[in-house]
Amino acid sequence: MMAALICVASIALFLQFFVSYCRAILGASRKVDLSERVREVSGIANQQVGADDFPRLVQLVRLCPERGDDQTEIRAVGTYYGLLHFIKTVSSFLIPGIGAWTEKERVGCSHFAGVALDRRISYSRDLFTQQVADRS
Amino acid sequence: MQLGPFDYALWLVGFLVEIGVVVCLVHKKDVFRYLSLTIYMLCAAFVTVGQYYSVDRFGFTSPQYFYYYYYTESLLTILLFWTVIQFYQQTFREMNVSSYIRGAAVLLLLLTGLFSYAVVHENRSHLTTKFVVELGQNLYFVGVVLTYLLWGAILKLRETRTRLIQLVLALGVYFSATACTYALRNLFPSLQPFVLRWVPPIMGVWLPIAWAYTFAKVSEDARLATARLVVRAR
Repeated sequence: MMAALICVASIALFLQFFVSYCRAILGASRKVDLSERVREVSGIANQQVGADDFPRLVQLVRLCPERGDDQTEIRAVGTYYGLLHFIKTVSSFLIPGIGAWTEKERVGCSHFAGVALDRRISYSRDLFTQQVADRS
Repeated sequence: MQLGPFDYALWLVGFLVEIGVVVCLVHKKDVFRYLSLTIYMLCAAFVTVGQYYSVDRFGFTSPQYFYYYYYTESLLTILLFWTVIQFYQQTFREMNVSSYIRGAAVLLLLLTGLFSYAVVHENRSHLTTKFVVELGQNLYFVGVVLTYLLWGAILKLRETRTRLIQLVLALGVYFSATACTYALRNLFPSLQPFVLRWVPPIMGVWLPIAWAYTFAKVSEDARLATARLVVRAR
């Protein structure tokens, strides 16, 4: 009985902590606007980032050289995106109202991936400039 | 049961990241600000080395490793409560209630030990074996409750320090996932060899990675509106 109670309470609190943790990571990227360069590269010029753009943006992020300091946050947000996708799929049968919230959160994840892509492109350019300067 | 490459990789990564957190704190000159956390990470690294030695010397299924694992886990959890208390003190620092927080935490810890003992007292035939698992489950759950209360206080007081928020949330994820694993183990012992045995080591790596990330990437001055973090039903 006690173990069952602890199990149920822990699952509920785990979800709450995990969602808040991911939102805390996403919070920093919300303030950053996506550059024209990222919009152009990812084909989202003149329109908002969509909830379904996340996998494509992460693929583009992975094509860029690693900065070495953003892997953890990309993985955490990736897990969060997966969780949201699962909730969206399940809730469409059980609680239809939650769909709008998951959609908004998934847009936040896509925006985060866009910001990560922007940083990596800048990093690649810096690397290239440095290599050119070293050669000359 | 033999350990595979993934077990050893988790061990190695866990040890390196635990040391990494300490190095990061030393580098940023934050050791005294987060003294309990630094000590916890150092102790966790030593325990990891001890676990490796214990498995190497006595074997993964030996009673020596079993008791070493559960008793050091319980001691580390108690040490982690000290870190939680320090987070409480940081949150309530302007209210001068440090002595009350310390008193309440010690009382809660004693009650947990007594409760665990009372629960197992009736199963005297396997007292020691059952006691360590029961104590672990209850200690982690007390950790979940303490962290949740702290999170509630952070929201109520509109705490905006991003670093503190991320440290507390990472701790909450760790405590709740581990408490849930222990509880599931008590409910369904057959799940232990296949699924549940992976969760504590993964969570053991999660906590130092999340903390290392926070210390490396989030400055002490960074601020965040907590209202954005709460999920509200619409």
